[in-house]
Amino acid sequence: MIRLFFESDLYHNFKNTPVAFASFIVFLIITLMAIFANIITPHTPFEPSTLNLMNGFTPPMQANEFTGNVFLMGTDDQGRDLFSTILYGLRISLFVGLMAVLLSMTLGVTLGLIAGFVGGWIDTIIMRFADIQITFPSILVAMLIYGVAKGLMPADMRYEMSITVLIISIGLSEWVPFARTVRGSTLVEREKEYIISARMLGLTNLQIMLRHVLPNILSPVLVIATITFALAIITEATLSFLGVGVPTTKPSLGTLIRIGQDFLFSGEWWILLFPAFTLLMLALSINLFGDWLRDMLNPKLK
Amino acid sequence: MFLIVIRRILQAIMVLLLVAFVSFLIFRYVGNPVDNIMGQEATLAQRAALEEALGLNQPFYIQYFDFLWKAVQFEFGNSYRGALPVAELIATRLPATLELAITSAVFGVSLGVILGIYTAINRGSFLSNFILSTSLIGVSVPTFLIGVLLIWIFSVELNWLPSFGRGGVVDLGWWTTGFLTASGIKSLILPSITLGLYQMTLIMRLTRAEMLEVLKQDYIRLANSLGLSNRKIYFFHALPNILIPVITIAGLQLGSVIAFAIITETVFQWPGVGLLFINAVYYVDIPVMSAYLLLVGFAFVIINLIVDLTYLLIDPRLRDSQLKSEV
Repeated sequence: MIRLFFESDLYHNFKNTPVAFASFIVFLIITLMAIFANIITPHTPFEPSTLNLMNGFTPPMQANEFTGNVFLMGTDDQGRDLFSTILYGLRISLFVGLMAVLLSMTLGVTLGLIAGFVGGWIDTIIMRFADIQITFPSILVAMLIYGVAKGLMPADMRYEMSITVLIISIGLSEWVPFARTVRGSTLVEREKEYIISARMLGLTNLQIMLRHVLPNILSPVLVIATITFALAIITEATLSFLGVGVPTTKPSLGTLIRIGQDFLFSGEWWILLFPAFTLLMLALSINLFGDWLRDMLNPKLK
Repeated sequence: MFLIVIRRILQAIMVLLLVAFVSFLIFRYVGNPVDNIMGQEATLAQRAALEEALGLNQPFYIQYFDFLWKAVQFEFGNSYRGALPVAELIATRLPATLELAITSAVFGVSLGVILGIYTAINRGSFLSNFILSTSLIGVSVPTFLIGVLLIWIFSVELNWLPSFGRGGVVDLGWWTTGFLTASGIKSLILPSITLGLYQMTLIMRLTRAEMLEVLKQDYIRLANSLGLSNRKIYFFHALPNILIPVITIAGLQLGSVIAFAIITETVFQWPGVGLLFINAVYYVDIPVMSAYLLLVGFAFVIINLIVDLTYLLIDPRLRDSQLKSEV
């Protein structure tokens, strides 16, 4: 199986496309740094006892005037080492992005399969709903769901449930592209001979959908998932920047950028620059990789 | 033709009723209106009186029609914070948002068309390639980050332009405008660029693609062989033919302008409807959220309807279902 992958055209093309290769390496480095944040970073930024307020606002690579400590990327207002905070923030950004994509993928693929395979009035209802939702920009939908979800839960739960609510709102706002693509491919597959023979063998609809249609329509789903992943990370950063995302005690990249903007006018530029640069690299690398994947797997979409 | 128009309008009304229904559900069932208005000290009798006054013990469908009837009259109840009428809050902030949206749309469309034509005519030149690759990076940068970076460069480092607020505004009856004062116009520049940049890129790429397509046509070659000057060909023969798709896309983009105005307004503390909405989400101010959804839904449905109808007018071959899947 693994040897098959290394001998495939996909891998060959990947090796010979510098942009795809470089963007994947960048993404891999960022992800690994986030996963092993607790080994790499000098301290845990979420443990208030390890922080020293005297270290606040230390510029990068300079000794602090009171404590003499040196920080690679400087510190923020509370004396948190920015490098550590960014890596831990990346964890949250990547986690929220990944969970949101999984949610919208599951939802979109399920609804798309049902709409395409079953057809009839179920199809009409699902796709009409998709039509209406897609007229609203997904970030607006995410904000609305976030606000409604917060209104539905008791006030004391709002704070600790922030990340879950965020994942659900982003996930629910991005399912339409999945559903549309899957429905389209399902309509094509449904008429093919292997499905007809599966029907004649007496397999149930569920069996045919999951074991025969689904594997054949996965490649466009993969492409959309990559692009949605980048979109979800940006949406998370935007919502957190606007103050309706993750709580400030567990800052994601968006929260850090918001803190950075507050201190821009007093000259502490590094609190903004490093998180912003990390977010850009992350979004750009996923987008470029997704573009390449789309061109490879589905030349028609170009 | 007439039937299609009627069907399209009926469809728009259906969508609008559905959006209004969602908005009603949020308004009525997210949180308890009585709790939110009275607090916990109110007696049972007071609560019952308020429930009666708000019509909360009426049957479901009557409450919905009541909600619709009030919405038509622009009545959305009072905000939970500050207890001001939501309609009044929105009305005082609408001019700020509309002025920002219009300025950014004008900026995005005009610059987008100009750059699109330039990069199509001078295909492969150094400047064209530079513009195209910069725009590609620009699309990957989140809107809020563009705003923050612009503030950093033009407000903090260069100190040329203000970083927040509308500057001086002039009262024209129920409308306040920032177009008439120097500080108002200065304050408009950075937010408009932030909001318009994404559309500018989109329109530029579309204009370029359409222009390249049109320049390949026979009638352009004919015009060329007749000895017409390049300028005449580009502006009198090619440009009119690409304007229709460009205007359509620009029109459909107005919807996302409204959504991204929320982000831009927050970055620049612009006192518009978007900032009102994000504060409502933050403080779970249900009536404001519900009214905003209704307002934005109305705007989207109208925009889509106008675009679809214009399309039908221009090209009767099109059917609305096809149109949807294309856009």
